[in-house]
Order: sequence, then C-alpha cells, then structure tokens
Amino acid sequence: MTDLPSASHAQTRSRSHAFWRQAKSNRSFTAGFIITATVIAMALISFVWTPYDVIELDIASKLQGPSLSHWFGTDHFGRDILSMIMVGARNSIAVALVAVVIGIGVGVPLGCWAASRGGLMDEALMRGNDLIFAFPALLSAVIITAIFGPGAINAIIAIGIFNIPVFARLARGATLSLLPREFVLAARVAGKGGVRIIAEHILPNMANLLVVQGTIAFALGILQEAGLAYVGLGTQPPFPSWGKMLNEAQTMMSFAPHMAILPGLAIVITVLGLNLLGDGLRDVLDPRLSKGRE
Amino acid sequence: MIKALAHKLIWAALTLVAASILVFLALEIVPGDPAEVMLGINATDEAVAALRKQLGLDLPPLQRYFAWVGGLLTGDLGTSYTYSVPVSELVAERVVVSLPLALMALFLSTVIAIPVGLIAAGKRGTMADTGIMAVTQIGIAIPNFWFALLLVYVLAIWLQWVPAGGFPGWEQGLWPGLNALLLPAIALALPQAAILSRVTRSALLETLGEDYIRTARAKGLSRRATLSRHALRNALIPVVTIIGLQFAYLLAGTIIIENVFYLPGLGRLIFQAINLRDLIVVESVVMLLVATIIAINFLVDLTYVWIDPRLRTSSDAETSAAQTQTDGAS
Repeated sequence: MTDLPSASHAQTRSRSHAFWRQAKSNRSFTAGFIITATVIAMALISFVWTPYDVIELDIASKLQGPSLSHWFGTDHFGRDILSMIMVGARNSIAVALVAVVIGIGVGVPLGCWAASRGGLMDEALMRGNDLIFAFPALLSAVIITAIFGPGAINAIIAIGIFNIPVFARLARGATLSLLPREFVLAARVAGKGGVRIIAEHILPNMANLLVVQGTIAFALGILQEAGLAYVGLGTQPPFPSWGKMLNEAQTMMSFAPHMAILPGLAIVITVLGLNLLGDGLRDVLDPRLSKGRE
Repeated sequence: MIKALAHKLIWAALTLVAASILVFLALEIVPGDPAEVMLGINATDEAVAALRKQLGLDLPPLQRYFAWVGGLLTGDLGTSYTYSVPVSELVAERVVVSLPLALMALFLSTVIAIPVGLIAAGKRGTMADTGIMAVTQIGIAIPNFWFALLLVYVLAIWLQWVPAGGFPGWEQGLWPGLNALLLPAIALALPQAAILSRVTRSALLETLGEDYIRTARAKGLSRRATLSRHALRNALIPVVTIIGLQFAYLLAGTIIIENVFYLPGLGRLIFQAINLRDLIVVESVVMLLVATIIAINFLVDLTYVWIDPRLRTSSDAETSAAQTQTDGAS
C-alpha cells in the first residue's frame, strides 16, 4: 500500500524554524508571548515558592498598602496579595485550559464527524450547537451550582460546555473545505478509511486554526472564570482566585483600593497577553485569515 | 422567503422545547426534597407528604414537566419554596431592573462602537486608527465587574458624583431610576463596545474592498458619504450578529454587575434562590433568560433579511449567517 508523504523530521524542523523567524518579527506575537510566558512562569513558581503563605492569616499586618515587605500590600486577613495573585494565576490557567481541552476534545471530533457524514447528522449537530449557544457559561454555571453546589469543577464544566460549539463549528467548516481537496481524494483512493483520513490528513491541516481559536478561547475562559468566581460560583475559599479576591475587595474599596486594583490588573494583563498572542499567531500561521482584519 | 422564515421559526421553537427539557431534567436530578427544605428538619412525615401533594411533587416527572411548561406559557411560574409567593411576582419585580439595564448597556455600546468603528476604518493606518485599535484591545481584556469596581471607586467614593449602588425604584420617578442604572450600564457597555467597534471596523474594511465602493467613489461621492451610505449597510450583517450575541451576553452579564451595585435584579434573585435551594425560582429564571436569548437569535436572523434584500430570494441566508456567527465567536 502506498503511503502518502507525511512530513519527515527534517521538514518539521525547518518549518518550525521558519515559524519562529516569522513570529519574532511580529510585534503582537512577541508582546503576547512574553506576557503569557511570564504569567505561566509566575503560576509555576507558585508551586514551589511564594513570598508568603497564602493560607496563613496574619491579622497584625492586615490591609497594608504596597510596601517593601509586601510589594502588592496585604488583604483584610493580612495575607500577602502578590502571593495570592501568583497562586490565583495557577487556578485561572488550570480552569481556562481544561475548558479549552474539553471544547477541542468534544467539539472537534463532533465537527469533523458531522461534516464527513453530512445530511441529518450534520443538521442535528448544528441545531445542537444553537441549543448550547442559548446557555451562556454563566447560566450553565448557575444550573450546575444549583445541582452540585459551588466549586472550581463547575466553572470548568460550564466554560467547557460553552467552548464545545465554538470548536465544533470551526472543525466542521474546516473539514467541509478540506474534504474535496486532492490529497484527501488521493488518500481515499489509496484505501484509507474515514477515521484515518480525518486523523492523518484533515486534523493536521486545521491545527493552525485550532491553535489560534484555542488561544482566544483560553483568554475568554480566564475572563469567564473570574466572573464566576466573583459571584461565588467558582473556586471556593481558602484557595485564592482572582475573581474571589475582587469579590472580597469590593466592601473595602474605600480604604483599601489596592485589594481590587491589583488582582484586576492581573486579569487584564493575562487576557491581553493571550489575545495578542492569538492575533500574532493568526498573522504568522495563516496570513489569509488576517487579511482585512487588522 | 416566507418558507425560510417559517423554517427558522420552527427551529427556534424546537430549540426552546429542547432547552426546557434540559433545564427541567437538570433540576430534576438535584438531591433533596423541596417540601422537606420548606418545612425544616422538624416536620412530620404527614406534613411533608401533604405539602408535596400541594406542590404537585407527588406527580410523575412527565406530568410535572407538562404542568411546568403549561404554567410558563400562561405566565404561571409556580410558587417560590422560600418566599411562598408566586415566582411570576418575584420575577416581575426584578425584570424591571435587569431588562432596562441590559437595554441601556446595549444602546450605549452600539452608539459608541459604530462611530468608533467608522472612524477607525475611515482613517485606516493612521495614528487615530492605531490608537483606537490599541484602546479596544485593552478594552476587550477588561472584566466588566472589575471596571465597575473602578468606576465606583473613582466616581462614587472619590469624586462622589453618583451613588455607589442601590436602586430607588421606578416609583421614585424615571430620572432617579435611570441615574442609578447609569454607572452599571457604562460598566457593562464599554468592554462590549470595544469588541463591537473592532467588528465594525473589520466588517467595513472588508466591504471597502468591493467594486461598488470604488464605483461610488469614482462617480464623485465623498469618502465619508461612501462609508456611511454604501459601506456601512453592507457591513451590518456581522455587526448585527455581534449585537445579538452581545445582548444575550449583557442579559447574563447584568447578573454579575448587579452584585457590584447591589441592584435588586434577576441576578440577585438567582443567587439568593441558589443559596436558599429555592429551585423553582432558579429553574424559571434560567428558562426565562434562555427563552429570551433564543428569541433574540431568531430576531437577528430576521434582521439579516431586512438588511440584505438578496437573502429574500436566495437560500444564502443560512450560509452567511453561519459564517458571521463563526466570525463573531472569534
């Protein structure tokens, strides 16, 4: 059986080399990459080291503004805000990332399957998508919390469900446009089955799209997680999360504004970094897509 | 065209039915008996059984589903387990806060975003465009409830120009009511306006490359007139799609923003109901919001036809709608 040429190691290496050369000259990508890498590094460092313990209370030093010993100040329990932001980053990243994985893991196979089967299956999938679109993550989270009680897992499920139709649509569109291409027909002539064709020829060709959309969904997930945690539907105390910190800061706005400003800035910077990274990736990976948009 | 609309209407109705089944099933698997919750732990078995009968909880699920949906259709949302008043009364009290808030935010976001998008597209590549794009890029990254907290800090606590929260009630007059909703509406609107102006700009830039725009310019129409008369209408489909999606998002967003400003809206009702395990309230309010979102999506489909007469004859509506929705998601 003739196997169709798939990228050899040398090809892959030269392609990734070309990617980095192009990426480095893209300002959005560079800025986004640096910001995102910093936030992820901060979250990783928090596993082994934070300036102070985030669970331990130190009432004597409560509500201090930023200083040399507490760079970002302390909260109403005397906890160090920088340490809380570091640990909170871990939480935000984990929730948003798993939600993206759910979206891709469920949405992409569904989209590919619907596109290659067509007909009734396809129609049913698209209508199912419409149905899920009628449930914003916040409403799903409300329902899930009403059933199981609050927790970080609920936030992951609610945001993940919201991500499924986004990726299903993307995968369906990409599959529909790739199916009539010659290399797919050639694979079919060579006797490959539907699943193998999707795995070996369709998926690698939509990987770029998935990376770009994944970055954007990641950014959106961080915003959604913060919102859910803020209203008490996400991560529960004593584990710190950015949204929860903003909720606690709210009643202390008049005398400790730093408690609200700094965690909010952490959210804005992280989301901004991911959005810039997504825009940059789109320019570098698929110049056709960025035409007329930027 | 009538056929296409009927087709869409039927699908919207089926989506609504499917959504109601989902919501009903989800809350059906909730552990705990509302009758026991209402009567407390000291209630006798007979009292619980009597209350279950009164609430209709002893009926089989299918019968209860139809009773619930029948009630929804006739405006009877059941009786709150904790307040012992009709849910429809609770909802009516709260809707008059949440709905005006979402509409105000939608209005603000649209009147800000469309001119901003027009300016950015018209002055493409200039400092103004770059500046607008940078500001909107940051605007997209700002969580609206955090922006709300900052507004409260600056305008209410520091400058003391506006009240920090609360709602006087419409019976105090239109102005005090609107005044109380202004800050929350701005907080909701600005991050949305950032998204909408970017969409408007890119949709305009796409249409500006078309032949009829060159024709309009060639026949002597000014740049400005070309933009507002020819390009804008043709760029409206993605813009309207995003406005529709945003309204759904704003309705849900009010639930969060109400917490910042202590507004007695649907959001506060939902969270109180969750804490008190008053599931019939959660069920009805969620269903109401979902139904509104489905209705908005249907209206957005209708506006496509109104905006673009070509869609009245061909069956392209489906394709272009699907296309713009994917664009909107990204």
